[in-house]
Amino acid sequence: MWQELSGTIIQDWMGFSGRLGDALHFFLYDTIKIWFLLLAIIFVVSFVRTWVNTEYVRAHLQGKSTLYGHIGASLFGIITPFCSCSAIPLFLGFIQARIPVGVTFSYLISAPMNNEIAIAMLFGLFGWKVTAIYIGFGLMVAIIGGYMIGKMGVEKEILIDIRPTDNKLEAHLVKLALAARTKEAWSYTADIFKKIYLYVLLGVGVGAWIHGYIPTDFIARYTGEGNPFAVIIAVLMGIPMYSNAAGVMPLVEVLTSKGMLLGTALSFMMAVTALSLPEALILKRVISLKLIGIFFAIVGSGIVVIGYLFNAIL
Amino acid sequence: MKIEILGTGCAKCKALEEAAKQAVAQSGKFAQIEKVENIQKIMEYGVINTPGLVIDGKVVSTGKLLGVDEIKKIIQSS
Repeated sequence: MWQELSGTIIQDWMGFSGRLGDALHFFLYDTIKIWFLLLAIIFVVSFVRTWVNTEYVRAHLQGKSTLYGHIGASLFGIITPFCSCSAIPLFLGFIQARIPVGVTFSYLISAPMNNEIAIAMLFGLFGWKVTAIYIGFGLMVAIIGGYMIGKMGVEKEILIDIRPTDNKLEAHLVKLALAARTKEAWSYTADIFKKIYLYVLLGVGVGAWIHGYIPTDFIARYTGEGNPFAVIIAVLMGIPMYSNAAGVMPLVEVLTSKGMLLGTALSFMMAVTALSLPEALILKRVISLKLIGIFFAIVGSGIVVIGYLFNAIL
Repeated sequence: MKIEILGTGCAKCKALEEAAKQAVAQSGKFAQIEKVENIQKIMEYGVINTPGLVIDGKVVSTGKLLGVDEIKKIIQSS
């Protein structure tokens, strides 16, 4: 419905036609659609979040079996907020509660990968199927990656001595009136939206230009079946692009529609969200460079494997 | 009254400290504001999502950048 209306606005009312009309139609359609979805999805996630905060997750995971821990930590990573600026207290807080290092990493992998901005962007650009695949494979990387890190006996790589607590932490959901939750969720949504709406505009704008002007074979040659290293290059390129998921994802969508393989696109987007240099720099204050290396190597290769697997199946 | 801002130096933590200062000034109450950056001390409060706001030794908020008005309300009710 909105697709037709935006077409009418650009082509009939404003009189743009041909390539320019196409690009403008795409731009208007995508921008409004994604803005709307961002607002809706971030609101829903932050509303749920008014019950469950990170302190709750920690208390919930304390004393649970390792298997439950990996799965639970990865699942909680979807709904709880994650800011790389909080990575240190979070990491140490989990260790303090005697949550295994591997389980802590499961959470540290899942939380940034399954952040609400990335999910809303994916949903708006690729639809629910790709979003579900992204979350499913993301959880797999978090569970298996965390498990592998835990098996490597990396406890000695933690640089700060934290005295473990034997107290059983109490897991209680946050108590708040419904109106207060709505208000809090809305103010959070507005905050995030203000930070990223311009990136969306920019990303979709450049995307619309590529959509209208760059020939398909050009993109397919470099990112499609013609390039066997595409997935690895995509992952390496994704690492420095953290926190710009809102601007990067529209470009990926356009590249995909022009011949980039979906597995390559998925790997790239996972690398953008899960492997972040700022987070690594912050974590360097509490864990050794060796452990950061292991973390990046395991998550990075997991993402690469998913990309190739996906390209081979589809 | 003693107000502590827990944070390891993130942008939100600095912003919360600023907001707390303004809230105290506007509320007309006497309060001492302290920024706690020592990670061990932050851990002792059980806060793992910074910034945290502690009033007279009690954690009142974690992971949130509260506005000046919100902090004022908390100060006045405690």
